[in-house]
Amino acid sequence: MSGAPDGEVRLPASLRGVEPVQSVRTPIRLEYDYRPSASAESYLRAYADKRIIGHRSPVDGAVFIPPRGVDPRHGVAISEEVDLPDTGHVGNFCVTHLPIPGRKGLEVPYVSAWIHLDGAAVGFLGLVRGCPTDEVRIGMRVRAVWKPDDELGTTAENILHWEPTGEPDVPLERAGNRSFHASQPDAGGDTGGEADA
Amino acid sequence: MREVAVVATALHQVPALTDTTEVQLMVPLINAARAAVGLTQADIGFTCSGSSDFLAGQAFSFVQTLDAVGAFPPICESHVEMDGAFALYEAWVKLQIGEVDTALVFSYGKSSPGSLRDVLALQLDPYFLAPLWPPADAVAALQARLLLESGLVGAQELAEIAVRSQRNAVGNPNAVRSSSKVTVADVMAEAPVADPLRPSDLAAESDGGCAVVLAAGDRARELCGRPAWIRGIGHRIDAHGLGTRDLTRAPSAELATSVAVAAAGLTVDSLDLAELHSPTTSQEAILVRELGLDGSTEVNPSGGALAANTMMAAGLVRIAEAADRIIDGGADRALAHATSGPCLQQNLVCVMAGG
Repeated sequence: MSGAPDGEVRLPASLRGVEPVQSVRTPIRLEYDYRPSASAESYLRAYADKRIIGHRSPVDGAVFIPPRGVDPRHGVAISEEVDLPDTGHVGNFCVTHLPIPGRKGLEVPYVSAWIHLDGAAVGFLGLVRGCPTDEVRIGMRVRAVWKPDDELGTTAENILHWEPTGEPDVPLERAGNRSFHASQPDAGGDTGGEADA
Repeated sequence: MREVAVVATALHQVPALTDTTEVQLMVPLINAARAAVGLTQADIGFTCSGSSDFLAGQAFSFVQTLDAVGAFPPICESHVEMDGAFALYEAWVKLQIGEVDTALVFSYGKSSPGSLRDVLALQLDPYFLAPLWPPADAVAALQARLLLESGLVGAQELAEIAVRSQRNAVGNPNAVRSSSKVTVADVMAEAPVADPLRPSDLAAESDGGCAVVLAAGDRARELCGRPAWIRGIGHRIDAHGLGTRDLTRAPSAELATSVAVAAAGLTVDSLDLAELHSPTTSQEAILVRELGLDGSTEVNPSGGALAANTMMAAGLVRIAEAADRIIDGGADRALAHATSGPCLQQNLVCVMAGG
């Protein structure tokens, strides 16, 4: 069997009159009984009470979200949970003009942002709404908009999106991961920022 | 060739890890292996890991497991979608090149959340075999049937291998199946799972991981009083298609062994022990023949993979178990074997010596 330039399939004489196989489907399905780990379970359960949990590193106090039970910079186990507030700032963002197939209720353009909670050393992903997209900026202060209390579940989807608080911006040099990096001993930075600033 | 040795090991195998993630499993193991020789990640020249997304059920799962290493500032690292023994081979090559003097190798497998016998069907040819979903024990049983019918091995011999594994595993904290009382008659009385293979012919599945530190030349001598020097290592591969091979043989195992033993300047009968990665008793019988183990070499003093088969780590565990016997002075010359693919398709042999 060979493919001609025009795409037509031509068969050897012995196969003439036989229905040609032009594709095979080999469905693959594997099932897992997955447990996301004690730290992830704790994180997800806390969402039902509108709480956000992070893990504090025993090395330098840096707080990671979501909690994974480890400080990935040092390969050190973490067990200390800390409650984080539902306020922070936009550390970075992206404006998207294409819809996500199958996702209803998400009007384009929408803003995906790294939300840096107050007290956290790293950001996590969220949607920013509540202002024109061209007003979103690095350093903008935001707070969580939660689902109504009777719709809360053990899921990060409890936070519908993040909206501006109207407070003064975090200066660019201290926004996002910059404050954390500047707090490292060998960073050589001059901002003097703290991990939990 | 540059002298390279195993200088530290750490391993952990249990029937199933439930609340522990792969990252949380590997943090203490990686730290223990490094700490045993006083190293931190900053002292490690190259890091290589082995694991499978099909076990984790997540794409690029190994990237997340790097959290256990402490990969900041950024490190030089690589990963193989294979057993950690093959990651060790890559690290050994890196050390041969001479750009680094130390390497961290680790691998892990947590097969308990899924069905390993089904996952393993996906390593078969994707057009003709995998769509039939033959479970791994059924594929191995085809090989065992050929072995028995051809008269190369008797059912009694397979049962003796199972008994030896369970007895040797007594006292091994990382074995998940052991018994000081099991007899050949007990094994022969078991109902087959995939005829002719009985439960004791099939490896006991486990979750777990293993971490190994390698070092070259004088660096190894500084770090370890008695390094397990890798004097020869070989990796050879047979055809993937099961129908194209004589399943009673594993020519790649024979070739890998002859290459590794010759590089070490040794003969097989001079080896004190051999740790074989045999997922079934029938495959162990084939390996014993291909490697030419004649009875003067102790086979699987740890119980081998039959006593605990951590997918993606059982081969590296064999190297660690053999290296430990040299490091602690219990053996002078040891062979460790790892396999990958269906019915012993790929084979790696690592020959280590204390002197």
